[in-house]
Amino acid sequence: MTTEVTSLVKEQILPSEYELKEPEPEHCPGPESEMAGKADACDGCANKEICESLPKGPDPDIPLITENLSGIKHKILVLSGKGGVGKSTFTSMLSWALSADEDLQVGAMDLDICGPSLPHMLGCVDEVIHESNFGWSPVYVADNLATMSIQFMLPEDDSAIIWRGSKKNALIKKFLKDVDWDELDYLIIDTPPGTSDEHISVNKFMNESGIDGALVVTTPQEVALLDVRKEIDFCRKAGINILGLVENMSGFVCPGCKHESQIFKPTTGGGEALCKELGINFLGSVPLDPRIGKCCDSGQSFLDEYPDSPASLAVLNVVEALRDAVNDV
Amino acid sequence: MDEEEGPAKSLEGVKHIILILSGKGGVGKSSITTQTALSLCKLGYRVGVLDIDLTGPSLPRMFGIENSSIYQGSEGWIPVKVETNGIGSLYVMSLGFLIGDRGDSVIWRGPKKTAMIKQFMNDVSWGEVDYLLIDTPPGTSDEHISIAEQLRWSEPDGAIVVTTPQGVAAADVKKELNFCKKVALRVLGVVENMSGFICPHCSECTSIFSSGGGKILADEFSVPYLGNIPIDPTFVEMIENQANAKETLVEAYSKSELYPLYKEIMKNILDRNLPSRI
Repeated sequence: MTTEVTSLVKEQILPSEYELKEPEPEHCPGPESEMAGKADACDGCANKEICESLPKGPDPDIPLITENLSGIKHKILVLSGKGGVGKSTFTSMLSWALSADEDLQVGAMDLDICGPSLPHMLGCVDEVIHESNFGWSPVYVADNLATMSIQFMLPEDDSAIIWRGSKKNALIKKFLKDVDWDELDYLIIDTPPGTSDEHISVNKFMNESGIDGALVVTTPQEVALLDVRKEIDFCRKAGINILGLVENMSGFVCPGCKHESQIFKPTTGGGEALCKELGINFLGSVPLDPRIGKCCDSGQSFLDEYPDSPASLAVLNVVEALRDAVNDV
Repeated sequence: MDEEEGPAKSLEGVKHIILILSGKGGVGKSSITTQTALSLCKLGYRVGVLDIDLTGPSLPRMFGIENSSIYQGSEGWIPVKVETNGIGSLYVMSLGFLIGDRGDSVIWRGPKKTAMIKQFMNDVSWGEVDYLLIDTPPGTSDEHISIAEQLRWSEPDGAIVVTTPQGVAAADVKKELNFCKKVALRVLGVVENMSGFICPHCSECTSIFSSGGGKILADEFSVPYLGNIPIDPTFVEMIENQANAKETLVEAYSKSELYPLYKEIMKNILDRNLPSRI
């Protein structure tokens, strides 16, 4: 028997991992550490009792997550410090490209809780998630392409998810622990911009099951690269392997006169220069094509609709380079 | 965490507060914040800008003040002054000034972000300013809940909501508009950014991210539509080359093609004569 899980979000019954009464003090040992509630900084902190009561030691859910993800060969995070550079667009194109090979089983997971875009781009925004004995069944876009997002659980399309970090963490844990992914060759994980709860949590929860690495997406202008540097710094601090960087929206060919313009000017050398500076694998650049946005809006695969366009070829090259980077040839 | 009722002391000399919001990232919140600030300066106002995008602060770069630092004065933290050559005045506060290297990441969970925002609201000595603009990160999470809580007693004018024309962006922005409804924050209006690109070679306008989504969105939620701003690569160039420019950013911007468009948008808001907080 299966049940719809929309109500989880509708009634907001999904529990937070824990809720602190006030912000952590400066020398807080961390609510999850062994010293929680016992350190010097804990005296006088309003959170002391909450921290003391939290379970100590390793998170008992992590072995369950590791078990649930054990049938997945490659796990790839799609990251960028900056918003709107094309993380979800690239996640969707990567998923379409991989699943074009019928022998590959592909999953796409959306960790952007406040601004989920993957269901729109994969053309399955009206689907709902069902629960079975094996856990939550993901939505199947094709026989070999499954996806999971909070969007499927919203009572209405445009409901705002006004959640603090701890609640988002609880949902991410559920996505990793309770979604019935079955056997997958690839799990592509789309993330929100920034270096905060979602990023820290997914890395912590998947530490034992192992992440192949991160694909970092950027656009050419320095204001975006600045945030992307921060994301790379995060990956290094968090011990996440960087598979490579892809530059999106680089160059635009006017459909009127066929001249190329740089809309987001790479004044500091763009993604390629950043890769050289930081010693990262540059996977390629994808030009701006207005039809990509249109396909994303209508949930179609740009790669299928316009297979000969320069953007499609560029994407496929990046996908090949990425498969090389995870040693899957 | 709302033991003190009433507006923060640091806002005593602030006449108007405007937030810049969008559910979607990369739609140009920081660009719009910058343009709002520069336009208000050009009109002679004293402007303060607060950046609460903690993990991806862009404003120091936008205003060309990346190497500035924050000092502690007797009244609190002193925001960084941007040179305006006597045309209005402009002060900026961002976490970007407080981190060591520009590439360092700020890896913070929610409670720490909440504490930082609280500190920004209480400890910055803004002095007398006509407009305080608050730039936000994308989403409807910790930063947004915190700033809404902090502003509960401060009677902000409202929010400018930024979108781009694609359906995918509008979907996220709808969530943000619902957030505004829920926390009872007035929406001053919707701006559609990146609406069309004018080819510098043949002047043909291409809708890279299609167009018209902003207007439809505003109508659907019965909030004012403020207008659309095209993609203008010269704006990025102006920002990137300001260190070598002979004139201040306000002067350069007031000569750009975007200024007349944006001035109309600001006029729309200013003409409503919203009452001063003080």
